[in-house]
Amino acid sequence: MARIMLENVTRRFGLVIAVDNVSLPIIDGEFFALLGPSGCGKTTTLRLIAGLEVPTAGRVHIGDRDVTGLPPRERDVAMVFQDYALYPHMTILDNVGYPLKVRGVGRREIRERVGEVAGFLQIAELLERRPAQLSGGQQQRAAVARAVVHKPQVFLFDEPLSNLDAKLRLEARGFLKHLQHELGITTVYVTHDQAEALALADRIAIMNQGRIIQVGTPLEVYRRPQTTFVAGFIGNPPMNLVPCRLEVGVEAAHLVGTTFRLDLTSLRDRLALTLRDDEEVILGIRPEHLTFCGQGDPFAIPAETYAIQPLGAECVVILLVDSTTLSVRLFTGEPPQQTGRVWVGVNPERILVYRKSGELVLG
Amino acid sequence: MRLVRLVLTRVAFYLFVTLVAAFFALPMLWLVLTPFNPRGTLAVEIPSPATMANFRLVFANAFAMRALLNSAILGIGGMLITTLVATLAAYALSRTDVPGRDFLIYALILFSSVVTGTAAMVPIFLLIFYLGLIDTLLGVILVFTGGLLPTAIFIMRDFVEGIPRSYEESALVSGATPRQMFQDVVAPLVQPGMMVVAIWAFVHVWGAFLIPFILLRSPTSMPASVAIYSFYTEAGTPIITLTSSYALLFALPVLVLYLLVNWRYGFRFFGGIKR
Repeated sequence: MARIMLENVTRRFGLVIAVDNVSLPIIDGEFFALLGPSGCGKTTTLRLIAGLEVPTAGRVHIGDRDVTGLPPRERDVAMVFQDYALYPHMTILDNVGYPLKVRGVGRREIRERVGEVAGFLQIAELLERRPAQLSGGQQQRAAVARAVVHKPQVFLFDEPLSNLDAKLRLEARGFLKHLQHELGITTVYVTHDQAEALALADRIAIMNQGRIIQVGTPLEVYRRPQTTFVAGFIGNPPMNLVPCRLEVGVEAAHLVGTTFRLDLTSLRDRLALTLRDDEEVILGIRPEHLTFCGQGDPFAIPAETYAIQPLGAECVVILLVDSTTLSVRLFTGEPPQQTGRVWVGVNPERILVYRKSGELVLG
Repeated sequence: MRLVRLVLTRVAFYLFVTLVAAFFALPMLWLVLTPFNPRGTLAVEIPSPATMANFRLVFANAFAMRALLNSAILGIGGMLITTLVATLAAYALSRTDVPGRDFLIYALILFSSVVTGTAAMVPIFLLIFYLGLIDTLLGVILVFTGGLLPTAIFIMRDFVEGIPRSYEESALVSGATPRQMFQDVVAPLVQPGMMVVAIWAFVHVWGAFLIPFILLRSPTSMPASVAIYSFYTEAGTPIITLTSSYALLFALPVLVLYLLVNWRYGFRFFGGIKR
């Protein structure tokens, strides 16, 4: 168990900057997720911690040691790869026991300790088989077993669930979270699936183009995304982002779109502090903070129904407002009665306002 | 009508296939039958009575027997060096970014066909002469290794590229040293490729005539491909009974080797990684 410190770490591949001056403290024992679209540098960051990549600049610390120049075997980490990387020519027993074998542990002790871990992970009856004879979920457990068996200080996961089908993935999610909780080992988890990051992590770092955009607990990044990129990346469906114009008068403030005019007078002072009158801004609102309402509501926006997606427990309605779309999440599960021309009300306490350049100014 | 045409084309096709097969099978049949025939003949005939006398004469020829041993030394030596060096080189070429890597490999292959060919015979002779390796088996092995390596590297590289890097990375993170990683993970996985290269190299060296003929001077170091000429009369015509017997002995090791490897490895590859 150990904390991890990245200090101004940069990794270049030729002209491409994969990781751009990233500084990140990861707390001892926490489940930390690196989240971002493909090519954002999250896997490279993980490999920098593992020692499979060497930073172009900056330092990496694990525990109290500076491990920047050390090879992977001297870092006492374990990693689960996206393709599991179980050696096809070895049995599961030899696969799981491999980290012990290279550490010079005797055959009998290997068998004992692998048996222990295998029992815990419910793969005990598979030890004599080869990886090709295992199902995807079993392979994943075997890969996790190989990572656990030598009790590393740090656990690294590189999209370990993306090769599983949807049902198994949900199951494995619960299993991984439970496992990490049991073992209490510092864990860094790379994923491009925002739901996975929200469900698993104690804290999430959202990355884009090699930089860290925001770090926070799942609720923090969900409720107050610091940029429109994070807002559009997290949540399913993601946050509604509507371009509009701000009118700040001496006493009143309004958000003005092409077809609506929202009264934000109660927030006037805070808006006037950072934004100019007539400035272009982006209104951010989560789908669950929109409701259908009547025309007279002061926070109503006129819209056109575009598609209705019943999901059982809830119902997602896609609306057209001028040229942009709005998603509305209804928790009743019942599809709305009216279709065609409708009015949706915005919950004014949940409004986020972003600059046109993307950063959050009010929320 | 259509049925008749269908049947006729089938018949014609099988007839054609049979003819082609017979054309290639007849020399093989001759090789298997003639050594047991008391009369030397170029015809394919079932020997009556079958005899082992030809083999007794061949086995009595100490020079020819010594030549088979020399062939084995050359073949095994060339095979071991080629396979080992090619595996290591292919691994290095596959896993590092050498600028102009592909161009280098293709250029080497192109030149290697020259090196093992007759065109470079004079420079090769001079090179081996100045190295003091004329009339040594080592000299012949080195020439063959040099000639076979580029193609062997090319073949091996394909096998190495087929191994996902995550296997090696996972071994490294598991705590293996680079040497342990190569030994435990890479080597077993490229073994089928090594077998392919090994057989190919062995067959190549075993059957070669020109290079050992030119580089080896004394009769005691000649390989079988050269020694077969000792079963010619002084007038230069082959004694068919003896040459065919010796040729059969000469062909057997390659056959056995191929069958052995095919049985042991079957040129298969354990699938394992989920993509």
